Amino acid sequence: MLILECPYCGVKAEETELSPGYEAHLKRFGPGSSPEEFEAYMFARKNPKGVHFERWRHAYGCGKWFLAARCTATLEVFGTYPAQSGEPPADLQAKIKAKRPNWEGYK
Amino acid sequence: MSTRLQKGGRLIDRTRSASFTFNGKRLSGFAGDTLASSLLANDQMLVGRSFKYHRPRGIVASGAEEPNALVNMGEGGRFEPNQRVTTTELFDGLTATSQNHWPSLEFDVGVVNNYAARFLPAGFYYKTFMFPRFAWKHVFEPIVRQSAGLGKVPQGPEVDRYEYAYAFCDLFIVGGGIAGLQAALVAGQAGSRVILVEQTAHWGGRAPVDGDVIDGKPADQWVKDTVQALEKLPNVTLRLRTMASGVYDHGYVLADEKVADHTPGDGRPRHRLWRIRAGKIISAQGAIERPLSFAGNDIPGVMLASAVRDYVVNFAVSPGDRTVVVTNNDDAYRTAIALKEAGLEVPAIIDARTSLTGDLPAKAKAMGIRVEAGRAVVKVKGGKRVTGVSIGLQAGEGAVLEDIACDAVAMSGGWSPVVHLWSHCAGKLVWDEAQAHFRPDPKRPPTNQDGAAMVAIVGAANGNLSAAAALADVAAQLGGSAVTAVEVPEAAMLAVWIMPQGAGPALKMKMWLDYQNDVKVSDVQLAAREGYTSVEHTKRYTTLGMATDQGKLSNINGLAVLAGALNDQIPNVGTTTFRPPYTPVPFGALAGESRGEIFQPLRKSPMHGWHEAHNAYLEPVGLWRRAYCYPRAGENHEQAVNREILNARANVGMLDASTLGKIIVKGPDAGRFLDMLYTNVMSNLGIGKCRYGLMCNEQGFLSDDGVVIRLSEDSWLCHTTTGGADRIHGWMEDWLQCEWWDWKVYTANVTEEYAQIAVAGPNARKVLEKLGGMDVSKETLPFMTFADGTLGGLPVRVHRISFSGELSYEIATPASHGLALWEALIEAGQEFGVMPYGTEAMHIMRAEKGFIMIGDETDGTVIPQDLNLGWAISKKKADYLGKRGQERTHLASPDRWKLAGFETLTGGVIPDGSYIIADGHNANGQRNTQGRVTSTYYSPTLKKGIAMGLIKGGMDRLGDVVEFNTVAGSTVKAKVVDPVFYDKDGEKGNA
Ligand SMILES: [Zn+2]
Repeated sequence: MLILECPYCGVKAEETELSPGYEAHLKRFGPGSSPEEFEAYMFARKNPKGVHFERWRHAYGCGKWFLAARCTATLEVFGTYPAQSGEPPADLQAKIKAKRPNWEGYK
Repeated sequence: MSTRLQKGGRLIDRTRSASFTFNGKRLSGFAGDTLASSLLANDQMLVGRSFKYHRPRGIVASGAEEPNALVNMGEGGRFEPNQRVTTTELFDGLTATSQNHWPSLEFDVGVVNNYAARFLPAGFYYKTFMFPRFAWKHVFEPIVRQSAGLGKVPQGPEVDRYEYAYAFCDLFIVGGGIAGLQAALVAGQAGSRVILVEQTAHWGGRAPVDGDVIDGKPADQWVKDTVQALEKLPNVTLRLRTMASGVYDHGYVLADEKVADHTPGDGRPRHRLWRIRAGKIISAQGAIERPLSFAGNDIPGVMLASAVRDYVVNFAVSPGDRTVVVTNNDDAYRTAIALKEAGLEVPAIIDARTSLTGDLPAKAKAMGIRVEAGRAVVKVKGGKRVTGVSIGLQAGEGAVLEDIACDAVAMSGGWSPVVHLWSHCAGKLVWDEAQAHFRPDPKRPPTNQDGAAMVAIVGAANGNLSAAAALADVAAQLGGSAVTAVEVPEAAMLAVWIMPQGAGPALKMKMWLDYQNDVKVSDVQLAAREGYTSVEHTKRYTTLGMATDQGKLSNINGLAVLAGALNDQIPNVGTTTFRPPYTPVPFGALAGESRGEIFQPLRKSPMHGWHEAHNAYLEPVGLWRRAYCYPRAGENHEQAVNREILNARANVGMLDASTLGKIIVKGPDAGRFLDMLYTNVMSNLGIGKCRYGLMCNEQGFLSDDGVVIRLSEDSWLCHTTTGGADRIHGWMEDWLQCEWWDWKVYTANVTEEYAQIAVAGPNARKVLEKLGGMDVSKETLPFMTFADGTLGGLPVRVHRISFSGELSYEIATPASHGLALWEALIEAGQEFGVMPYGTEAMHIMRAEKGFIMIGDETDGTVIPQDLNLGWAISKKKADYLGKRGQERTHLASPDRWKLAGFETLTGGVIPDGSYIIADGHNANGQRNTQGRVTSTYYSPTLKKGIAMGLIKGGMDRLGDVVEFNTVAGSTVKAKVVDPVFYDKDGEKGNA
């Protein structure tokens, strides 16, 4: 029963208010992409033990999608931020790096 | 015999007696008794039979850890099996019966299993599965069925109610002993919001029984004062009879409050399930005493030393007249002293240690109690009751030095901290060599969302077993004013896992580890010999610790024996995983108020009441309840459905289509957005026009379908399937928020804002014209257009769309007018033969027309091209969701199963779920297949069975005769036909 703070409405939402939405910062590959690109986009999702970026929707709250940085092993939440982000905010990346020195970065 | 003492009993009220029955026998106890103490007061030591061998079993413990004394409680709607007598408060009128015996508790036939014990070794269940099927069926299953199972399953509905409660706090403290109370006081006085729960009906834990002195006061007085101080703090909530069942991620806690178990029928909910978010959890759950493993340690009358003390001090009940104490530590001497002080006999204290230096042994000796050092109980004598013990050297192999007559044995193998809540979210443990137990590793606590420690653990649960050490631990971890307890120095204990140390196989076969599941020392050793070296595997192979007590008494002894058998250290063997619930939680508590009418929230259309009043048979569609059909007197459902279809085809029918999803998509980029969402083009749809569209997921598989209408220059309304409305709205928002966030589009799910009514049939236009208010002629309102206006004075939007194939109007009106419009249409339609029709008629009529249904023709692996819907896929668009997925070579394979219609050669109906068989068999020996049925019905219109299905080759197979399988093993021959069975040219819908 996770708690994630919705970056839009500020509610500390519990898992029952949220719906999960797989990996964050995916780049979509549409028509014209190679089979390898499409396969990677569609099926080769990251599943790390450790720092992970994922999408959540505040489904039973404000309805907004947001992104969360979370440790899949300890369930520590490093931060949440709007879905309209090309990459994790710099300060969040720095915070994760400080807490997990061996982290290799979000890519 | 066990009996009530003339004096004492700190928890009982001798002025208030309570009568109860056990196996029909009328007995009596006092207010404040537990069922266990009152049974013992009535000399009812034998309370049940063990699971596998049906051995006689008595009460072992005095609290939640009790493995043996489980009973059926109550009768009728209050019947509940597997209730522990040690945690059941006595009340007047209580009824209980013993479990797992036949025909009676005293004389049990299943005890023959006891003599067949050597045929029921560890892994019995696993091994029997290796035998041929006939052996299982004719030999093992009858034995297992006869002997398996503890309590009976309750019959009939539960008469009590249950409820949920939600709470938030800074600190959730579990355990109302002195450590928990002091922790609550410190935190409460510092201003924290505190919830303190205690699983029993009393505050104070063991300290009052052990005679501790705290802050210069007897523990009882200190507890009373502290509880009073806590009650004055508005930020502190105190709950007795509340068991913290589990700790979950990010400080989530479940706790089960037994509100009215002891006052049944008083109108209060029986249990209250607390769902709590805590900033931090403090576990102060204390410790549980371990049994010693000596032969016959399961004979009724052998009890934990602390339990014996509890019964004497708390309830003035003596488990026996002559009690032998057997121990490896000083604490058990408190029991001998308490018994002696109560005027009872203690023939001997058998201590496995060779040198006894503590104050408590000295005190016992001074009281004249015989103390034997370096000795062991070789075996307990007796059957349904202890009659004596044989003693020998602990260092020996079991040679008997002496027999001592007694009727009770108080044993203590040391104490194990209750680390369950610490461990539920992966808090780690360390092995404490000196106290021979696992305790929490403060360096590796369970962590929360901030990566900080989520659970702290104080007192005996943290390995600080004495009152003084427990309170010092609270002060060290929480601060607060110093509270001190008088320290009674205790000498070191000695780890003893088998008694005597060199016992041979004959003795080990009688040394019980897990009383409830009948697991013995010899079973664990056998498992180790058979190669089960992992503690998790041994647990499952032997069933050690898998009973309803979850091995609270047996786990440490079991893994110590396993470590011994493996010649390894205990910490290397490790523990099994601790999982919630700490003690069993009734299903009723988990269900709470979700039963009957409010089992789940229901969605009802504005016309729901009308359907109910007109005898509609309702079916669940998601959370909606929709009318399946409207049976008339004497009609079954099938007859009703057929009548509704024939009437719609001949006259006119009305369907409540309000549940259809309705999503408004609006904005400068709305057209562009819909062109991405749908496989065809929606941006060029004319205002006032309707167009059928398909939505696919990124893999290209068909996800939803429906009619889209264009409301204005910048707004569209998308109809989705009933079940798809919320999902598709979420899907739209997903793309708008996460991928195309610079596109200017709003979406709004207005499904419940509008009622929608389909009026379908040759007379449909006449019904609308009768109501009047707008022109619904073919010229003004042709097929696949819509118009806003009024009908019978009500505001409407009328769509010329048809899912039935008939001349059809789908009329939307604000939800508040839905019933009025429905009733007006019914009335206006009387002269034209109108009848309502339900979802089943809708399904069959669309199948007659060859229209696909999401969820019937699709299953998440079907692309539109499979359903011959290529016409609804734009060739011009550079991109839409699913386009790239559909370009995968596999999806263009000519081997794909594609849509066709089917008619049996006999006119019968193909069974639902049938596959079309092909020649030969696959690698698994299964018959090859070449397709399957997706929709199959009896068509009253065509008076024969019709079906749609997917078949390799699809419409290229027209005219072929294929075979569908049936569950019975036969086959049904059917011809491949055009799936449009009715009005192939669409003249009726266009009319
Ligand atoms: Zn929100």
